[in-house]
Amino acid sequence: MPYLSGKETVKELRRALSNPNIQSDPLRYRNTVLKVIRAMSQGVDVSDLFSEMVKACATVDVVQKKLVYVFLCCYAHLNPELSLLVVNTLRKDCLDPNPMVRSLALRSMTNLRLPSLVEYVEQPLTAGLRDRAACVRRVAVLGWAKLHNLQPGSEIDGAVVNELYSLLRDPDPVVMVNCLRALEEVLKDEGGVVINKPITHHLLNRLKECDTWGQSEVLRVLQRYRPQSEDELFDILSLLDSSLVSPHPPVMAATLSLFLSLCSSLPAVSQAALERVRGPLLAACGSGSREMRFTALCHIQLLLRSIPGLLGEHYKRFFCSYAEPAYIKRRKMQVLVELVNDENVVMILDELKGYCTDVNTDTAQTAISAIGRIGQSYSDKCLEILTGLLGLKQDQITSAVVQTIRDLVWACPQCSDAVSSALEGCEEVLQDSQGRQALLWLLGAYGERISSSPYTLEAFIDGVRSETSMELKMELLTSTMRLFLCRPAETQDMLGRLLHYCIEEERDMCVRGQALLYYRLLQRGIAETRNVLQLRRSDPSMGVLIGRPAEPFSQWVSSFNTLEPLKHCSVEVESTSRGSPEHLASIPKSNADLPDDLDCRQLEMVHLGSDGAAQRLGCPAGLPAPGAEPSVTLSLSPAVTPEEFERLWTQRRASRSEQESADEGDDGTWIEDTIRCGAVPHCSPQSLHAAMQLVNIQTLAFTPSHSLPWKVFLYTHTWRADASCSTLVLGELLYAGELNPKRPAEGETEGNEQTQATADGDKDVKVTLRQQPHDVSALRVFLSVLTTVLHTLSSEVESE
Amino acid sequence: MMISQLFILSSKGDHLIYKDYRGEAGSDVIDVFYEKVTALTGDQPPVVMSHKDLHFVHIRQGGLYWVATTTADSSPFSIIEFLNRLSGLVKDYCGSLSEKAIQMNFALIYELLDEVLDYGYVQTTSSDVLKNFIQSEAVSSKPFSLFDLSNVGLFGAETQQNKVAPSSAATRPIQSSRDPGGKSEIFVDVIEKMSVVIGSNGVLMKADIEGEIRVKCYMPSCSEMRIGLNEEFSVGKSQLRGYGAAVRVDECSFHQSVQLDEFQSHRILRLCPSQGEHTVMQYRLSDELPSAPPFRLFPSVERDSAGRLLMYLKLRCDLPPKSTAINLSASIPVPRGSVSLSQELSSPDQSAELQLQNRTVFWKIPRLCGGTQLSALFKLDVPGLSSASMLEVGPVGLSFELPKWTGTGLQIRFLRLSPVHPGPSQRWVRYVTHSDSYIIRI
Repeated sequence: MPYLSGKETVKELRRALSNPNIQSDPLRYRNTVLKVIRAMSQGVDVSDLFSEMVKACATVDVVQKKLVYVFLCCYAHLNPELSLLVVNTLRKDCLDPNPMVRSLALRSMTNLRLPSLVEYVEQPLTAGLRDRAACVRRVAVLGWAKLHNLQPGSEIDGAVVNELYSLLRDPDPVVMVNCLRALEEVLKDEGGVVINKPITHHLLNRLKECDTWGQSEVLRVLQRYRPQSEDELFDILSLLDSSLVSPHPPVMAATLSLFLSLCSSLPAVSQAALERVRGPLLAACGSGSREMRFTALCHIQLLLRSIPGLLGEHYKRFFCSYAEPAYIKRRKMQVLVELVNDENVVMILDELKGYCTDVNTDTAQTAISAIGRIGQSYSDKCLEILTGLLGLKQDQITSAVVQTIRDLVWACPQCSDAVSSALEGCEEVLQDSQGRQALLWLLGAYGERISSSPYTLEAFIDGVRSETSMELKMELLTSTMRLFLCRPAETQDMLGRLLHYCIEEERDMCVRGQALLYYRLLQRGIAETRNVLQLRRSDPSMGVLIGRPAEPFSQWVSSFNTLEPLKHCSVEVESTSRGSPEHLASIPKSNADLPDDLDCRQLEMVHLGSDGAAQRLGCPAGLPAPGAEPSVTLSLSPAVTPEEFERLWTQRRASRSEQESADEGDDGTWIEDTIRCGAVPHCSPQSLHAAMQLVNIQTLAFTPSHSLPWKVFLYTHTWRADASCSTLVLGELLYAGELNPKRPAEGETEGNEQTQATADGDKDVKVTLRQQPHDVSALRVFLSVLTTVLHTLSSEVESE
Repeated sequence: MMISQLFILSSKGDHLIYKDYRGEAGSDVIDVFYEKVTALTGDQPPVVMSHKDLHFVHIRQGGLYWVATTTADSSPFSIIEFLNRLSGLVKDYCGSLSEKAIQMNFALIYELLDEVLDYGYVQTTSSDVLKNFIQSEAVSSKPFSLFDLSNVGLFGAETQQNKVAPSSAATRPIQSSRDPGGKSEIFVDVIEKMSVVIGSNGVLMKADIEGEIRVKCYMPSCSEMRIGLNEEFSVGKSQLRGYGAAVRVDECSFHQSVQLDEFQSHRILRLCPSQGEHTVMQYRLSDELPSAPPFRLFPSVERDSAGRLLMYLKLRCDLPPKSTAINLSASIPVPRGSVSLSQELSSPDQSAELQLQNRTVFWKIPRLCGGTQLSALFKLDVPGLSSASMLEVGPVGLSFELPKWTGTGLQIRFLRLSPVHPGPSQRWVRYVTHSDSYIIRI
């Protein structure tokens, strides 16, 4: 009835429903009820018809009954009194000889969601549990869960719970699974249904009787079970083997989840399970449903975090198909980047190259940055493609390429020569501010090699008045300053004009502030300026991080087979919109005010996100598990940002110089100690980072291995269960070098303990710790953990 | 896995079906969902979205949104598989999936939703079980619409031959248990999807075939069916059978209801099909086609003296002469800034158009016989055409249908029903190969 307003529709329907002629004709009566439901599902408020519909419920026509129940369940909460009338009809139906009518009545009764009706519902539900027909028992079992959730905080009826437990042995598999579901809900506060050995074995034995939905439900509940012996574990695993390769993705995923949780201490078994699951998972990637394909891709990304080589030979499965939506193509390219190896790199790059000119700009940009990522390991081939794309002179492609090149050069400075020759002429094509910003950064960083760079900058400076992007102006300032340092003669004039404009006319305070800073800096003299602006052109730590170390399974197992992996861009690749690479490294530029020991010229940041390589380390025997000490546990959260670390660390120095070796200030403790582990500075940053991660110590920054002085900054949180107090521990490891036992004395070493480090000094690493608030015993535990880790690492390096 | 609410929306956002299973959130979430899904940009993955602590999981089927709200720890595999299965059930019961079919059968769909889920938990999705519970009759949409007519060639290009079932035959609702009339029919479809990449030098770079055997059963009671595949059918690389040309696939998996005791010896699948549509077997073949790829393209792209872009394309069909490809469409990306197109096509039934917003030329060919070839000359006006922009031409994507042909060579030798069904029954075996992604680089 499209031409009637909602009110008139309702009036019309009421007239029809109460018309005795219609009521006496079953077909017309049913059709009128149908119209009501249609209006309801179209969003018309038909709640006023409640009493008429209650009358319509008393009928022998099952279809009409079902329709009326749909209506009643929807509006019962608005009419609790009238619903009482319905309950009588429903209770009568519960005694109907037809099991279908019984189950329908029971289901509708529990779906009314009226707490006031609970007393009338309990009796039919109890009877329903013992009904002859399985379909009634199914409804009755879930009915108890509904009832329980209607009365939050009410006491759980032990008899019902026992009855539900005994129904786990019901011959009907759906009743069994429903019992599990109901018990999970009813016993939520007690941690859900008890999964003991007999129940587990019972469920496993009947797994095959269930349909796929039941199987995945049972498998999910079984994740809580811990087998009592290794034999039992392997019995369970071999029972589950056929589900692992099930062609139904829900069963396969649930089984894999169960495998991983059962074998959390047996990485080899987990690995074997993942290899076994490869086939079905790849099949899901080619599923006809694009949503299923997407889900499988997201989960493959998770698996690759731990086993990068899992799918290397199947890379062709991830080639994008012509008609796929952009979001699937994007995921596929992210997977392809992870799969690159020496054998397939040519084919993958060739394929990605084909996407770079895609009609869809998102896809094209993703493909370009994917090539950039591969370029971190195969720079020559990728640069050839990227510079070739510049030849197309398309603004969006050029912008994506320039941004990609900037990120690539930052990670692999060795490609800078090839890049600097390719950049000429890009500025004419670039339209968007992201791309021009990237170009400016490159001009600032490699200006001395690009002959035309002053002219390019000049064009930007001439147009600065009409420029709207604040970020671009800041980048322009920095780049001009940097270019001035290496090509003063050509740049001086334009720098003057730019600074003048930015200080005198610019409205944006950030830009003006930056310009003023540079102006004053220049007044301090060129040496000072050079010192501040001295440019890091690359980030070597990123270079070694390319072959991302395999993560332990535990990093992602908890989110496997949940919605989590589908929501986030789980791999932090290719965000095309971001500033200069230095800002990524989230440490402020070195500044005269900063203490020497945080000078970032020597330190390389490790991104907090790139978690460690504990897997590769294989958990050396000497390493204590996190929390091996009886009462103190270490944890990484809440995370400490580098800025925060720096602030706290410098605070330490200030308070310390005032108090002159006092052991504790009011805001914390510091101690110093030495640990004999001379080989540690020679081990790779990765293994150190991974080893620390294993015991929940976060390394925040370190110098490259073999450099002198060698330094590492780290932090952790200690937590004492008995006293339930937590502290933050910041630490520095310093290794001054073998040939130089008297370590740099500036400010660092006026403490007391390290004077003993004389003859053995060449093997010692000095540890300086700051704890906040003060808790000596926790600190001692931390120190012993740290010592163990360093000793283990040291012995490992020496044995290699 | 727990589904709190379930709703079906039309592509325009009209509420078609809404069912609240757990009473945890109001029905206003429908509008929240629609706002969110329409606000997404191109590359944002739409499958999962969240609003406060509600999570929407949705699929698109038949131009409709099928949405479930759930909790964060639910299995996405289960929910998506369930939504797919639900749309399959609705299709089985209503005959087809469309806004109209759903509006006409909403009582039936509510009934279905009531039986399939209880309190948000899946109870059953088997049509055999469900048919005992579903009481409403399906209302078929108009039996003859223009839409149906345009579809006639889908499986059988030559409908005049009475051996071929019309494509609309399989788009009717399955019968309910109480209706003894109506034809009892069974369709066994072998459907293959090809994805092929041919390099610019004509080398086959990737060739995959994904296939499935789909059974659509309209028999009220069918006890057992035996499907015989080629005797030479082999799975895996090492195993070869028979003396004829091997029909080989790399992987193959079966529906759990299929009994495989005669598969090893005689390549026979035994099953008791339930009403509605089911995929009985899925298989795939990677990297190796038993015959030459069905199409080759010989392009030449150059610039003429007037600064126009000339594309001369020759398309050859390498199918056996008896086979025919239908509904071919080639999409050729052209340089940005292309303004207009003039064309010379080798036969009048072909057509071509330039779509500016996609910067693509679509070349449509209604049919192409095996062993023949076609050619087309496209002239494009591209102001400021440079040699670099020639690189933007391609790759060419080809979409097509190959009725009565399978890429792997899989055939169904026989189809036996036992016990022999009383009354008239018809058995149909149909083959079709679709292009999933057939890309030819230039």
